[in-house]
Amino acid sequence: MKITLGAVSKPYSALKMKTGDWGTHWPKVDEELCTGCGTCEMFCPDMCIEVVKVGEEEVNGKIKEIKKAKVNYDYCKGCGLCAEVCPTNAIKMELKDIYKV
Amino acid sequence: MVRKVVRGFYAVAYAVKLCRPSVICAYPITPQTEIVENLAAMYANGELENCQYITAESEFGAASILVGASATGARTFTATCSQGLILMSEVLWNAAGMRLPIVMVIANRSLSAPLSIWNDHQDSMAMRDACIIQVYVENNQEAHDMIPQAYKIAENKEVMLPFMVCMDGYKLTHAYEPVDLLEQGMVDSFLPPYNPPIKLTTKDPLTFGCYAPPHCYMEFRVVMQRAMMRAKKVMEEVFKEWAELTGRNWGGLIATDYMDDAETAVVAMGSVVGLVREVVEEMRKDGKKVGLVKIRSFRPFPTEELRKVMKDVENIVVFERAVSFGHEGPVAIDLKSALFGHCNAKVYSFAVGLGGRDIPRDLIRKCINNAIEGKVDEGFHFEGVKEFEEVII
Ligand code: SF4
Ligand code: SF4
Repeated sequence: MKITLGAVSKPYSALKMKTGDWGTHWPKVDEELCTGCGTCEMFCPDMCIEVVKVGEEEVNGKIKEIKKAKVNYDYCKGCGLCAEVCPTNAIKMELKDIYKV
Repeated sequence: MVRKVVRGFYAVAYAVKLCRPSVICAYPITPQTEIVENLAAMYANGELENCQYITAESEFGAASILVGASATGARTFTATCSQGLILMSEVLWNAAGMRLPIVMVIANRSLSAPLSIWNDHQDSMAMRDACIIQVYVENNQEAHDMIPQAYKIAENKEVMLPFMVCMDGYKLTHAYEPVDLLEQGMVDSFLPPYNPPIKLTTKDPLTFGCYAPPHCYMEFRVVMQRAMMRAKKVMEEVFKEWAELTGRNWGGLIATDYMDDAETAVVAMGSVVGLVREVVEEMRKDGKKVGLVKIRSFRPFPTEELRKVMKDVENIVVFERAVSFGHEGPVAIDLKSALFGHCNAKVYSFAVGLGGRDIPRDLIRKCINNAIEGKVDEGFHFEGVKEFEEVII
């Protein structure tokens, strides 16, 4: 093991740390309710919920993107902030299976 | 060298300028001192070449900016004290762990509450365990001289730690004293440019102070402790080199007077040393075998040096300007742990001058005499306290 001066390392080493197993709850997005507004994305302290294009629809003759929130479960810490701030209550925090008795 | 009558602020700021810093950053409002104001004036006048002067929104911000700047390989400086230092403290622990040789002057002042802006050592003592080198200076010449030495020690590759030059607020910072101001050529010959082995650049990004889970965290702490211990030798060498260069010998990690045959050692740090030395000299004239031990480096602590000079003394009298509440004065605590098993002297420690309370000469003399004559109990005492009634509502 090498101990570097000032604990200096190559960047992005945090990517190797999958922190997704730290929390007890998952955020689950109900795509019926999600309007793709992006509020959750703005609030997530770990930048692991993102609004992405999932399809297209025609509105008044114009093509519009359909966007929905997608959670990166590898890094989501389950803090529940996204669920708290979602204006349409599209996110529910669900207890992970391993914690169910 | 030109001798000028200058204030402590200026003596320090002028020395910083001669060290050619690349980034100076400070929070410019209370409890800031005129050190950075003087530097700002020098910057505005174009006297600081290749330097960026940044004013931050808080001390936390100032320290954070310096962490970033120092990681890029910049020579950095800041000054703060009191609540400002406490606000910086979270960042400074990181600076130490990231091994960034930021040099800062602490214009020692008390901590709130109750609100006080006057002098004592409580602020820097609160940073005692952060792996930051702490040197306490006695006068403005020593403060002026310490700045180039601080950079040379902190930037030594065996050390690579932040460095606090602690000078008493008001007592020194605001005082006019004659100071032999260094010359640029002299400082240039003494202090090479800072060129660390690892630098943060936009082309080659790095993580400083990375995540260290339990399987490797302790090892980082071990190397920090080693760096602190190696600093002792580096400091001795740099102090010696300084004495040869300037003819001003301030001593090593400690400096002593009349200790050869002393039965009673009086220990002090910072500006009060001057007064204590005079009292010791007067007592010598009265035939009392008293000596002075001035602690210059509080971190790293001069354990071996103190063991050597205290070997045969009977009484140790410590004057200090801080309290570790619930125990006693921090200098006495460390002194006793250093001497345990090496010296059987009785230790009397006196907290004096807290929150800018005046320390009269008679008080120093009385404390030393009381200790010698056994008129006071061993251990910790507050001295110079008025009669008062404690009201518990
Ligand atoms: S805040 Fe709610 S509605 Fe907006 S994108 Fe996120 S989940 Fe969808
Ligand atoms: S639970 Fe917290 S960490 Fe996970 S996606 Fe929501 S805001 Fe982000």
